[in-house]
Amino acid sequence: MGAGHAHQLYREGRSPVHTLPPHCKIAAVFCFVVVVVSTPREAVWAFGAYALLLAGVAAVARIPAGFLLRRLLIEIPFVAFALLMPFVAEGERVQVLGLSLSQSGLWSAWNILAKGTLGVAASVLLASTTELRSLLLGLQRLRMPPLMVQIASFMIRYGDVITDEMRRMRIARRSRGFEARGVQHWGVLAKSAGALFIRSYERGERVHLAMVSRGYTGTMPVIDDVTASRTQWTYAAALPLTALAVCLTGWMLT
Amino acid sequence: MHVPDGFINAPVSAATGVVAAAAVAVSLRGARRELLDTAGGAGAGGGERTAPLAGLVAAFIFAVQMLNFPVAAGTSGHLLGGALAAILVGPYTGVLCVSVVLLMQGVLFADGGLTALGVNITDMAVVTTVVAYVIFRGLLKLAPGRRRMVTVASLVAALVSVPAAAAAFTALYALGGTTDIAIGKVFTAMVGVHVLIGIGEAAITALTVGAVMAVRPDLVHGARGLTARPLELRNTGPVAAPGAPAVARTADEPEAAPAPADTAPAPAAVTPRRSVRRVWLAGLAAALLCAGVVSFYASASPDGLEKVAHDKGIDKKTEDHATQDSPLADYGVEDITDARLSGGLAGVIGVGATLAVGTGVFVVVRKRRAAAEPAETV
Repeated sequence: MGAGHAHQLYREGRSPVHTLPPHCKIAAVFCFVVVVVSTPREAVWAFGAYALLLAGVAAVARIPAGFLLRRLLIEIPFVAFALLMPFVAEGERVQVLGLSLSQSGLWSAWNILAKGTLGVAASVLLASTTELRSLLLGLQRLRMPPLMVQIASFMIRYGDVITDEMRRMRIARRSRGFEARGVQHWGVLAKSAGALFIRSYERGERVHLAMVSRGYTGTMPVIDDVTASRTQWTYAAALPLTALAVCLTGWMLT
Repeated sequence: MHVPDGFINAPVSAATGVVAAAAVAVSLRGARRELLDTAGGAGAGGGERTAPLAGLVAAFIFAVQMLNFPVAAGTSGHLLGGALAAILVGPYTGVLCVSVVLLMQGVLFADGGLTALGVNITDMAVVTTVVAYVIFRGLLKLAPGRRRMVTVASLVAALVSVPAAAAAFTALYALGGTTDIAIGKVFTAMVGVHVLIGIGEAAITALTVGAVMAVRPDLVHGARGLTARPLELRNTGPVAAPGAPAVARTADEPEAAPAPADTAPAPAAVTPRRSVRRVWLAGLAAALLCAGVVSFYASASPDGLEKVAHDKGIDKKTEDHATQDSPLADYGVEDITDARLSGGLAGVIGVGATLAVGTGVFVVVRKRRAAAEPAETV
């Protein structure tokens, strides 16, 4: 566990995408997703173009396709949900392979699948090319309230610690022969959760005292302020601007 | 439960984004107050406590969402945490912490779309937490000064908060859904499924709050008025010292206390027994109610898909546990939210799950009774 802070989410690299300032990347990804969401769903080719754009970014960032695809798995619950759509939606019915499917349901399923997948892929690219800490710095640059940034950074920093505590409790339970098999064991698990809360809260108090004793007054000094040059903004803007062009074409053609 | 991009249209997403931002701004202010007067003693002299405490609580919520509660036959669920956060740390901090968790899940794990962040925060952080806290306080007002009431109140609060979030989602969906499924159908499916999820959430929340109440009642924000006076450190002599940690740690692990072998299971079995039975009776009542309403819509469609999704989720999870380099990597596809996918099939699942839960209750109660009687005679 030596490399506790090297997350599997982040892929080390020195590509042009990695070196872009974080707030440019966050803004670019957000604008990209907004553009994707506002594309009419009938413009099927547009989504193909978006996918190609993202594939291009992934290629520049040297993110292997397998890594990207594996992370896309988080979407599975909604894929299943989308697959149900054609069966339950209203409207005209079409016969496909002997099944009666709703036409608008098919369109909705496509809509959710395409937009959801592109959104997830864009976020995955962001998270895998930006370190956790610089993501937070970027959010701060984008005027997220400083207190919120601090809370998020504490959550990120201590997330591993707290999950490790939980894992140690699980090991302690198992080494005493406990195995949660069903509802009758919820009491034990809930006690662990309660203990975990107390430990986290008390750790928070200790962390606070330690910080106060080192001169903390409620604000964290910004040591490494990230700045972005105009060229970097231009590079970052390439993705959403191309997407915007695709989107506008899509609106005009449909 | 995390809504992806493209599910709710752009205007409604933007509007909920504004609502979410306003809610977060209000709770930033409120959380500062809540966490300030949590200071049980002299406190740390006005230092800003919000960031470390709220951050650690957010980390706790994040972690506890990964704690799996086995239901039956290989399926398991996990806590959503909104009601728990509201009761343990107060509504403002609760909203704040759950929002931060959602934000981080969206940005880091791509769980929930970036444009749907407003929808997710409004739905899961604001509605759940506020509804749970209002119900919790309301019930406590009905029977003031009763500590047992805290468990019952948190049970009901969590039970209602989950379907309330589902109803709120349905409302958002009615305003800006991108599919044209009849709203009545969405409502029935969402609320029906989430009543079931809510039963699990309620039981776990009540048990967890009970566990915290047993050890550090001063930390339970919702029960602030009930404990007579704040806990204080007393300088007992070195003789009494070994006893103190044992008392404080009983909730960690039942075996942690250096006790004779036969008493170790007894405290674990006796104290929660009553509350567990009550939890399950309430759960049974709610499940029956749910079945009565939802079964009306039952159809003969297959519900195998649900089971497959569950199995897939389980497989993935066990795999992840094997390669646990980073705990965050654990974060897999969770199962209970999968129930959402059941759409119009909610009726079938509702009845099936109600039966399963119902029979489970009887088995559990019988087993516990059988186990408790010899334990008491020993």
